[in-house]
This record gives sequence, C-alpha cells and structure tokens, in this order.
Amino acid sequence: MLVFIAAPIVSVVIQSVYAPHEQVIKQVESCSIFGCTQSTVVDQDATRELREAQPLGRFVGGNIYTDRNHLATSEIKTAWQESEGFGEFFKKATNLPFYGALSFTLTYTAVVTPMAIILGFFIALGVNNLPKLLRGPSIFFSLLPMIVTPLVGALILFWMIDSRGVLGIGLSNLLDQPDLSLKASTPMMWITLIVYGIWSSCPFAFVVYYAGLQTVPQDSIESAKLDGASRWQQTWHIVIPHLVPLTTFMALIKIMDNFRVFEPIVSFNAQAHAQSLSSFIYNDLGGETQLLSSAAATSVLTILGVIILLSPVLVRTYRDYGNKR
Amino acid sequence: MSTAIQDNKPLYLKILINGFLITWLLMAAFPFLWTAWGSFKVEADFFSKADWTNALTGVRTVVETGAAFTGDGYYGAWVKEEFWRAALNTLIVVVATVCISLTFGTLGGYALARSAYRYAFWVLLVALIFRAMPPITLVSGYLLPFFELNMWGKLPTAIIVLVAINQPFTLWMLTSFFKNIPQELDESAMVDGCTRFQAFRRVIIPVMWPGVITTGLFSFLLAYNDFAVTAMLLSEENKTMVPKLAGFLGTTQTKGNVMFAVSSVVSITAPLFILVMFFQRQIVSGLTAGAVKG
Repeated sequence: MLVFIAAPIVSVVIQSVYAPHEQVIKQVESCSIFGCTQSTVVDQDATRELREAQPLGRFVGGNIYTDRNHLATSEIKTAWQESEGFGEFFKKATNLPFYGALSFTLTYTAVVTPMAIILGFFIALGVNNLPKLLRGPSIFFSLLPMIVTPLVGALILFWMIDSRGVLGIGLSNLLDQPDLSLKASTPMMWITLIVYGIWSSCPFAFVVYYAGLQTVPQDSIESAKLDGASRWQQTWHIVIPHLVPLTTFMALIKIMDNFRVFEPIVSFNAQAHAQSLSSFIYNDLGGETQLLSSAAATSVLTILGVIILLSPVLVRTYRDYGNKR
Repeated sequence: MSTAIQDNKPLYLKILINGFLITWLLMAAFPFLWTAWGSFKVEADFFSKADWTNALTGVRTVVETGAAFTGDGYYGAWVKEEFWRAALNTLIVVVATVCISLTFGTLGGYALARSAYRYAFWVLLVALIFRAMPPITLVSGYLLPFFELNMWGKLPTAIIVLVAINQPFTLWMLTSFFKNIPQELDESAMVDGCTRFQAFRRVIIPVMWPGVITTGLFSFLLAYNDFAVTAMLLSEENKTMVPKLAGFLGTTQTKGNVMFAVSSVVSITAPLFILVMFFQRQIVSGLTAGAVKG
C-alpha cells in the first residue's frame, strides 16, 4: 500500500524536473554538380533512440517550475516592475495560466466553503423542525446533490442553464435579455460554477449539522426558556456554540474538497473562462501531446498548496494526539 | 417537551422556515426529475427555445416519433454507442475495488485497532492528506511508469489505483470502528482457546458488518463517481461510464446525440438513487461518524 502512496509522489517530483527531448539535429552535406550545400535535418532514428533510452527526457532542473506556464518568475518580475498599483499587477498575474488557475481555485474555495456551511445549517434547522414523517424523504432529497457523480450533477445543471434549457430561458426572461448566455462571459461562468459548488456541497454540511442538532442538550434549552430567552437567543447562545466543533471539522473537509474542484469545469466546458489547478493538470495530460512534465510540475505545486493549507490543522491534530497520551 | 417548542412558534417564522425548506428541496430534487423526464423526449423538446413547456408535453416528440415518450436516447446510447460495455466495465471496476479495499481494510483496520502503538494518528494523517490531494496529481505520477510497464489502459490497473487512493480512508474508518468493539470480546475468545485468527473469524466478523457496510458504501461511491483516474488510465474500449459520458460530450454534438448523453446521465444516476434509498441511514451515519468523533 505504501508503494502506491509514495511512488506516484516520487514519480511526479522526478518527472517534473525533466523535459521532453529535443529532436536530434544533424548536419547533412548534399553535393551536386553545382557544389555542396549544408542543410540541417532532424535525425529521426537518433531521436527515437534517445527517447527510448531515456524515457524521462532530459534533465532540466527547476526550469519547468519557472517557465511561463507555471510560476513564471520572469513574467511576474516584469509585471511587478511595470505595473502601477496592485490592481494592475494582479490583473497581469492572473492572465498567466498557473496564477489564473490558482486564483480561481482559491476564490472558489473561499466563497463556496462558508456559503455551503451557512446554507447547510439553515436546512438542518428547517428539517429538524419538520414532523418525523416528513424528515426521511426530505433527507433523501437533500442528499442527492452530494451523492450523485460530480460530473453528472454538473452536467444536469449545465443543460438546464443552457440558453435553450429551462433555467436559461427563465433567467433571460427574468432579466429581459433574450440573448443572455451564462457560458459566454468569465464572471458569469465563475458565478455559475460557484453556485454549482454550493448546491453540491451544502448537503454534507446539512447532514453533519442535522446529526449535531439531535445531540443538543434539551435541558439547557429548557432552562434558557425558563429564564425567558427568546427563540433567537436560544439558537445563538446554546445551539450554535454546541455546533462549533463540528464546524471546524466540516470547514476542513470542505476546504479540501473545494480545493480540488475539477469535474464541474469539465462538465461546464469552462476551461476558457475558469481553470482550477486540477483541470489545468488534466488539460496537460490529455490532448494530442501529453505534457507529462508540465503536468507533474503543476502537481507538485498543487501538493505544496495542499500541505500549506492543511499545515495548521495537521499541527493541531498532532498536538491533540500528543495530549491524549 | 419538543411539542411545547413547536407550539410556541409564531406564524411568520413557520412560513419562513417551511418556505425556505421547500425552496431547497425543489432546488435539490428538481434538476434530477427534470432530466429524468426529459430523457424520454427528443432534443428539440428538451432544449426548447420557443416554449419551455414543450419539454413537459413533448410536442416535438409527438411529431418526430409519434408518441409522447421515446426511448431513442437510451437505444442510441446503450446499443449504438455501446454504453453497455461501459456499464459492464464500471461493474467490474466497482465490485473489484470495493472487495479488495474491504479485505485489506478489515484485516489492516483490525490489526491497527488492536496494536498498542499509536498508528491511528499516522493513518489518520495519511487519510487526511490523501483526501486533500486532487487524485489527478497522483494520476500524473502514475502515467509514465504505467506506459513503461505496458500496463496502461487495462481495467486491473485502474482498480489498483482506485484501491490505493481509497485505502487510507477505508483503513481509518474501519480502525475507528474496530476500536469501538470491546477488546474483551476477542480476549475472552482467546481465553477459550482460539488463536488470534480464529478469534477474528468467529467473534469479530459476525459483529463487524455495520461498519463494513458503511465503509463499503463509501468505497463504492468513490469508485463509481471517479472521473480523473478512469478517464486518464483506461483505453477507449475499457472506459467506465463516467469518462464514456464525457466522451459523448466531446465527439457527438450532432443533432439528437445530445440525448444520448442525457439518457446516459439518467442511467448513471439511477443506481445511485436506489442506493441512497436503501442505505440512507448508513450513509448519514458514516458521514457523521467522522465529525462526531473528530
């Protein structure tokens, strides 16, 4: 098992410092009656031989990390020097593919996580107030957006917001813009993706909160009522503090899930407007030429990002375990 | 007591809560019902610019096929585009993944739960990191070695990768589950003369099913819903359902073929519907188990 966990990471790191071989070029002298001319041609055999001998490619060190498609150090430097003010610099930086993907991923994570948690909390409160008979079916329907294959769920929404789909038509009637298309503009695409994200991830928050609500101590609520606390005061001072530990856990899980957002971008066909880190790698891997080393470099950067995101949590968990012993 | 709470509720709050809840349930359920209904129509109805009620009544469907419902989309996808092959592949991959990861998971989880050393923390750590890492980053690491070993494109390869990705999570869940089975149980079996393995087989296996089923459900969902691994690692004829569906979108944009994709979406969703219906309790308990224990 360890092999399968460690090996790909090692493999990714190794691949990321190699680039594909350049073609072997040789000088050919072709002589005719008018004299000799020198020309350069690609030596196919030698190229193939070299590629077979060293499938990884040639060693380039950190070059791939710093090229235009990844960290783009030189472009960032010029952008920093040339732009006036932070806004312009930011705009230039997000035009670079890696930073564009990074900024979308971070925005998505930062918006979807809190929204989904808040929405999930209210749904849980609502379902908790339902009579017992109705709870089962409503939990069933609430679970669907989460359980369904992400690619499929996103596709279903994509068809509905299509300019010929039911929601697309409804929206354009509502806004009185007959040629409204959610797919055409970048901000619209971002909003759509974020709405999908909230739709698909709030059931998890709902389920966890719903379970949490079952364990709220009833006697504290009763004594609060005796002391004359209003409904909002009860919720604010008893229910919410009770649910805070759950919230940290859930935020952690949701941040991890949202950070790797991938399928909706494929489904919504949104690569032109929004890239996440995952779909960026996917694009490198797919297509005619498989840019393995480029994908590997992005993977390493993504893994680093995950570790940075998780490090405070990991340190805390470690400390908790240390205390328990 | 809880009735007393409900009785006190002012009317506006009732309306607010119930209205909100109904909106949410509509949001959650409507897309699925709509698509399931629409998959029996022709494309001109499902994507109707003129009048959205066409998708309900199926005006064009009647004109084109003679009845209000048509199975053309399903016929095209399953028979013409050989979706059945993808469904079969999915079945193989999912069953194998669940069985293998549960076998290793139960044995490993039992061992970890009964050992004195604090493995649990490290398993949890790895499970966390693995959950956080996009699977595609790992796939890009697997690709080149698999090309070299000539393993690319085959079903067992995808199964191995899925099991590997799944394993830390399975192990962690089952470890925490086995921790809840009192150690006295297998100790008393061993006092009665069982070996360690007999104790596991005769005492633990009969009581472990609830945990195994919950964990199995999550392995199933992971394998079934996966797109990154199966799309990158399987060759064309070995594709499972989800990447096959993505393929429909890329290649078949001609008229009518969008309905192939719509009907295969419904085909993919249907098993999940049934699954949630029967195992709702287990899914909920599995989701909350991690949260409540922290």
